[in-house]
Amino acid sequence: MMEMAQLLADGFAVALQPLNVGLVVLGVVLGLFIGAMPGLGSVNGVAILLPMTFLVPPTGAMIFLAAIYYGAMYGGAISSIMLGIPGASTAVATTFDGRPLAMQGKADQALVAAAVASFVGGTISVVLFTGFAPPLAAVALAFGSPEEFALMMLAFATFVGLSGDDIPKTLFSIFIGLALSAVGLDIVSGEPRLIFFDIPGFFHGINFLVLAIGIYGIGEILWTLETSKGDVQISQATVNVQRLIASFRKLKDSIKEIVLGSFLGYFVGILPAAGATPGSLMAYGVAKTMSKNPESFGKGNLSGVAAPESANNAASTGSMLPMLTLGIPGSPTTAILLGGMVIWGLEPGPMLFVEQKEFVWGLIASLYVANVFALLVNVAFIPAFIWVLRMPFAILAPMIFILCVVGGYAPTQDMHDVWLMLLFGVVGYLLRKLDYPMAPAVLAIVLGPLAEASMRQSLLIAHGSPAIFFTRPIAGSIMVVAIILLLLPLLKRVHRAWKGAPA
Amino acid sequence: MNRAEPVMAVIMALCSIGLMVKSAELPVGWIPDEGPGGGAFPFWLGAGMLVCCIWTFVKWLRGRSPYSGSDKPYMDRQTLMLFVTAAGSLTVMIGLIHFIGVYFAVPALLVFYVRFVGRHSWWLTAALAAATPVVTFFFFEIALRITLPKGHTEPMFYPLYDMFL
Repeated sequence: MMEMAQLLADGFAVALQPLNVGLVVLGVVLGLFIGAMPGLGSVNGVAILLPMTFLVPPTGAMIFLAAIYYGAMYGGAISSIMLGIPGASTAVATTFDGRPLAMQGKADQALVAAAVASFVGGTISVVLFTGFAPPLAAVALAFGSPEEFALMMLAFATFVGLSGDDIPKTLFSIFIGLALSAVGLDIVSGEPRLIFFDIPGFFHGINFLVLAIGIYGIGEILWTLETSKGDVQISQATVNVQRLIASFRKLKDSIKEIVLGSFLGYFVGILPAAGATPGSLMAYGVAKTMSKNPESFGKGNLSGVAAPESANNAASTGSMLPMLTLGIPGSPTTAILLGGMVIWGLEPGPMLFVEQKEFVWGLIASLYVANVFALLVNVAFIPAFIWVLRMPFAILAPMIFILCVVGGYAPTQDMHDVWLMLLFGVVGYLLRKLDYPMAPAVLAIVLGPLAEASMRQSLLIAHGSPAIFFTRPIAGSIMVVAIILLLLPLLKRVHRAWKGAPA
Repeated sequence: MNRAEPVMAVIMALCSIGLMVKSAELPVGWIPDEGPGGGAFPFWLGAGMLVCCIWTFVKWLRGRSPYSGSDKPYMDRQTLMLFVTAAGSLTVMIGLIHFIGVYFAVPALLVFYVRFVGRHSWWLTAALAAATPVVTFFFFEIALRITLPKGHTEPMFYPLYDMFL
């Protein structure tokens, strides 16, 4: 315990360096704006801006991106409340009561509730994170390649079992992501592999950023163009100090929902396929069930804004837990962060806690700092965010395209990658129209190289017998859970058929 | 939507077969003392993709796909126009980078979008078209030392290099 406090104190020393504080503030502000824009969320912001972080050292870069992640979670609520359109899918539940409140002229109350609930959710989850991460990392240190492979199977299985998307389409997305990661040189023999049409650009492989920016930058804009054709109605918000204080007072009644949402969000956030969106929906559902007058939900109940907002922030911290301790991202955004760590020369996984103490604890401490700044900036600049919601799409779209093109070019400095990114963006959009989920593919391309290496190593140890994944205790238990998750949709269907059958 | 579902499944199935064929250029079987061959991993992934495509197709045949019998068009006229404008202008811009470089292709895209699609004033258009490449230059070339492609406009930048680098 004392040791952890010491490490956290050292972390604060890193996080409070002037450069890092500046990066936190910049990241939070950018994140708030990105989150506030309809259609753009944390994953888009992190994917598009990752190439810009080559300017600062890895710790600073990670702190900056984590701050964007946080800020975007706060910001998503702004367009949910003011426009009735979720700023990101994670803020869907916030529209249920946020929009009615805004229509009643209580937009400021809803915005303050969202900001404070996000702060509480963020802080509770960071405290949980601080407590859970070191022991989990210590356990993970004993993992060999069969355990690593089993963990990755578990991550993919959560998409099949829990995401609720079409199963063949989810599996297809996972497979294609893994296959794209196999392009380049074979890791064992060093032979060129999957060099399509003998184009030399494929020799250096497909950088995960090319897929991530293609899908979350270009594809997202195409998607938003299609979905936002209609006019949007911005609600009016009156903001002054007196009303702000009154809003804070009103929050007393929602404390229970906020705390509950924080815990729920954190634990749901740890699961790769679940994360902030289902976490916040669940928190909303629980708050409604527990309420004395559930019928007031959906008509402008402040707890209906506070519960999902505390949950989605808590979930974003939760998703960082498996990323830092196990090297398995808990969300698409953390998948991109993980890919970024590889670019910066850090090896994700439990060894980080041994070899890169400064990085890990600096990041954890920066999450505390980011929370405080996000709350302050959010409340102070509410009018500015409302202004940004009016940003015409004809300016936003080309700006994002430009960021995507230069950002896609920067890591490898090869025009081949820019073309590939365009291809992924367009194909991704066309597939998404038919409900092919995109997040599994992004997770898969990041995990792909590790998945292949751990599988081949394990099979080599076992002389080709896949039994190795089941006979070792830890790997075996993880695999069993993964298989249960894979079979979950089937079990549900059997259960339904059984119940539906006449007695 | 009803027709788009099987068409997409067939296209993706063809891509999966292509991937399997391409993977088979490397050994896909077991190599003694070396483990699985270099092509095995992508080969079996391709096989998995193919199975998923067939699965989707069969689901559609049996009327179990969410789009079975849907008469909603995959893309209505308005969406198609938006898509062609956005994806088309981006394609042209990336193509232009090869000839006139980033610093001229970027303003070209901005002028097209802000002025002709968004119908904003020439003042705003000019301000954005002028400021964006300047900011990009200072961020990438000066701060990050990453040279962006300039095509035939490279010689125009020699004086700037002399000044800042």
